[in-house]
Amino acid sequence: MTPAQNAPQTLAQKIIARASRQPRVEPGQIVTCQVDLVLMHDSSGPRRVKSRLEALGAKVFDPSKVVLVSDHFVPATDPESAEILALTRRWAQEQQIAHFYDMQGICHVMLPQQGHLQPGMFLVGGDSHSPTGGAFGTFMVGIGATEMTGVLATGEIWIKVPQTIRINWQGQLQKGCSAKDIMLFLCARLGMNNNYKVMEFGGSTVDAMSMYERMVLCNMSAELGGKTGIIAADQTTTDWIRQTGQPVAADALSWHSDADAPYEAVHTFDASTLIPQIAAPHSPENTHPVTEFDQVPVHQAYIGACTGAKLSDLHMAAEVLKGRKVQPGTRLLIAPASLKTTEAAAKDGTLATLTEAGAILLPTGCGACAGMGAGAIANGENCLSSTSRNFKGRMGSPESNVYLGSPYSVAAAAVTGYITDPRQFL
Amino acid sequence: MKRNLTGSAWVFGDNIDTDVLAPGAYMKGSIAELAAHCLEAIDPNFASQVKPGDLMIAGDAFGIGSSREQAAQALVELGVSAIVAKSFARIFYRNALNLGLPVLFCPELGVIKPGDQLQLDLTSGLLHNLSNGEQFQCEPIPEELMGILEAGGLMPFLQQRFSKSGSKT
Ligand code: SF4
Repeated sequence: MTPAQNAPQTLAQKIIARASRQPRVEPGQIVTCQVDLVLMHDSSGPRRVKSRLEALGAKVFDPSKVVLVSDHFVPATDPESAEILALTRRWAQEQQIAHFYDMQGICHVMLPQQGHLQPGMFLVGGDSHSPTGGAFGTFMVGIGATEMTGVLATGEIWIKVPQTIRINWQGQLQKGCSAKDIMLFLCARLGMNNNYKVMEFGGSTVDAMSMYERMVLCNMSAELGGKTGIIAADQTTTDWIRQTGQPVAADALSWHSDADAPYEAVHTFDASTLIPQIAAPHSPENTHPVTEFDQVPVHQAYIGACTGAKLSDLHMAAEVLKGRKVQPGTRLLIAPASLKTTEAAAKDGTLATLTEAGAILLPTGCGACAGMGAGAIANGENCLSSTSRNFKGRMGSPESNVYLGSPYSVAAAAVTGYITDPRQFL
Repeated sequence: MKRNLTGSAWVFGDNIDTDVLAPGAYMKGSIAELAAHCLEAIDPNFASQVKPGDLMIAGDAFGIGSSREQAAQALVELGVSAIVAKSFARIFYRNALNLGLPVLFCPELGVIKPGDQLQLDLTSGLLHNLSNGEQFQCEPIPEELMGILEAGGLMPFLQQRFSKSGSKT
């Protein structure tokens, strides 16, 4: 039975209906959507789509709707990565891509930082963490390179209208807990196979979060296996957009799920009882409370990635590291998520706190997160990382171990040399 | 595209992720180089021993992780003819179809042993284990997407569309 025209809908449904120019759409339907904006990076972008577009004899449907970011292979470490970056630059010029950010920061952070997101938009990104954009009330999904070629050539994409799972967090997080701990906890609790579902976050904990923290929730919806993550816009969202210098769309606050929206499931959690969480190798699903880890040595502590190296993440690390030193035998590497992040952290004294503690500052970019840049780990080494994934071999040798935690936890491990509850330092 | 596939089974568990399919360290090189390291973190023999036409069998969330299309492309490069899994990660699923690699959901998939001889009918979705006579019903690929697979992937599919629109103008 098809629901009545005025039956309640989820936010995802509403955005897909608008993008597919239908009065409404129902879960399970396959529809073709017009894309409002496309995000690409150097690894899955021009090097993969250029020759394909040429083979089709097609041009980019609308160069003003493409945001291209060089972040994966930056700065070049060898001739191959230099070539990839050079090709990216040439293509951006050839195609007159309006928004090309070359080595300015990680794509998922650049998009909101530069004010490209407005609630209600339908976007695709050539990266699996594209759901990050959903923190701004958009519907944003990740796609691969061939599909990207199709989108660039036509401005359209087919999509199966997803079911939504609503996740509420109520109450105040304890000191030393963050959105990262929430997501690691959810990976263990809900598993990583929430395939094809939209994860919609809400509740008083989320309402109180900064945009940076909301971005973590949506970013790691990818780890839950979700199609995307989404959070309806509120004043925190519109304040952010305004502060980027962009006008706020008039209908920004009208994009939200209806009161009785047909969620596939609703989960509600109490934030006040959550304690810091750590994912053990080799899956985010393998998460346990930090208190269950007994003296696990940490050779490398890494603060990086779109997930864990934004300004708020550096602040968390600095809170722990203020007046303390990195343990000899442990190295703390920090790769800020964007140049503006570095600039802001320099201005407010955070960088000084971090480097005084002994942190090693790395260039902005994806860096060690995907095992492409500086900071690879050796056979048998353990790394505690503020990134989003710890699949086998992701950050270096297949015989290395990656643990995941919040920036608080990573900083605490850097101080003691082993996995440590950060609350004792706060 | 062949609709009736036969080949030996390569069997994997749940959550086979894109980092083991396409390890980051080899992402800069050619697809042939990358394919040589496909799955080496969990089965060092796979890339050197898989034969064109072989089928992959897996559990839940096959292809979970990054959007890197090379995860599917490496398997195409090695000649894998289809993947049957209990479930797929969505980007991997789309990538595979877009590259012309048949991927079928089989929630009721039972035990299949490595090396079993398999026959897969893409039209009906029937998977036949010739080694012991067992059969499993996979979900057939949706009609909307079969067109892409029939064309050999999204590129040849778009090629048709662009050459058509080209000839009109
Ligand atoms: S920082 Fe890591 S997770 Fe984020 S886009 Fe880069 S490689 Fe992907």
